[in-house]
Amino acid sequence: MSDPSRETEAEHKARRGRNIALALGLFLFVALIFVVTIVRLRANVAQPF
Amino acid sequence: MTMATAPSDARVRAPARWQDFIQLLKPRVMSLVVFTGLTGLVASGKSINPILAAVAILCVAVGAGASGALNMWYDADIDRLMRRTRGRPVPAGRVQGSDAAGLGVVLSLFSVMLMGMALNWLAAGLLAFTIVFYAVVYTMWLKRSTAQNIVIGGLAGALPPVIGWAAATGDAPLNAWLLCAIIFMWTPPHFWALSLYTTEDYARAGVPMMPVVKGAASTRRQILIYTALVAPLGVVPAFTGLGGMAYLAVSTVGGLVFLLLAFRLYRSQAGESPDPRMDDGLYDVRTGAKDARNLFAFSILYVTLLFATLLVEHLAGLPVLNLLNRELFK
Repeated sequence: MSDPSRETEAEHKARRGRNIALALGLFLFVALIFVVTIVRLRANVAQPF
Repeated sequence: MTMATAPSDARVRAPARWQDFIQLLKPRVMSLVVFTGLTGLVASGKSINPILAAVAILCVAVGAGASGALNMWYDADIDRLMRRTRGRPVPAGRVQGSDAAGLGVVLSLFSVMLMGMALNWLAAGLLAFTIVFYAVVYTMWLKRSTAQNIVIGGLAGALPPVIGWAAATGDAPLNAWLLCAIIFMWTPPHFWALSLYTTEDYARAGVPMMPVVKGAASTRRQILIYTALVAPLGVVPAFTGLGGMAYLAVSTVGGLVFLLLAFRLYRSQAGESPDPRMDDGLYDVRTGAKDARNLFAFSILYVTLLFATLLVEHLAGLPVLNLLNRELFK
């Protein structure tokens, strides 16, 4: 792990881009699990057996 | 993830951008498996919740991407030696191999678990098998050890229609495996046509591709044999209750053109001379390899047309032909 205080402009920009992409990925993951849970739950409530 | 600018790794030159991690997932391969997986899902005829259908396709795409990342991690040493692949993120030094491997493992687990929980465990099992087959059986074993590498390894690329079908129905009948068989038999002429004009690349990297091991003439003959098998096989779905009139027409004409191009390649001198390319452009080939390039390009069009026709027929609800006992394949 490099020292963030000694990063070049390009390194800083690349790190920022990766962090935003990771945050977006995590948010989409949570949203996806939520939606799938609701869809499966509704299907199981409609057809419990 | 660790920074790609770690001074201990001399190969690392530029900081990793998020786009490099997308490139690790081989987006072009991903788009093909999404397409064939979607065709399998739709052709099954079972209507499922559209959100779950989208999740199933997402899982197939992410699983394929995970396989790509694991492949790029393991193959970085040989990718560095080939012009076609040396610009990839790991050999180019933009992403550390360990990061590529980590991404591959995490996405593999994510895609398989989500497929299992959201759809069913048959589809999840088939997806897991596909990832392991590509990353371990093909990449780590077959690719560097046998000239039959892409023949056997082609199974990984052929399974997405079965996964899509299984995701929709929880079952994998003969018709699903028929789609798998078409891609499986299509893979050797497709890849060997490419390898005929990238022979030097593979030889430099020590990858035992067919033209390197058996020579160009043998490769051209085997391309013709596989094409003679896949062309009629491509028509079979019209006889098993899977394809309609449009599919019968497209697969017949497409198969004949595929055969014609394979025959032209068989009679050509493609692959005889050293690597004909004079620069880094993959498609900048001299006339000698033009037949190989034509077959390679048409092979992509052929498989795209077959699956697109099936997809459109099923989405539009067009009638399928009933030329054989359809119940056998359902």
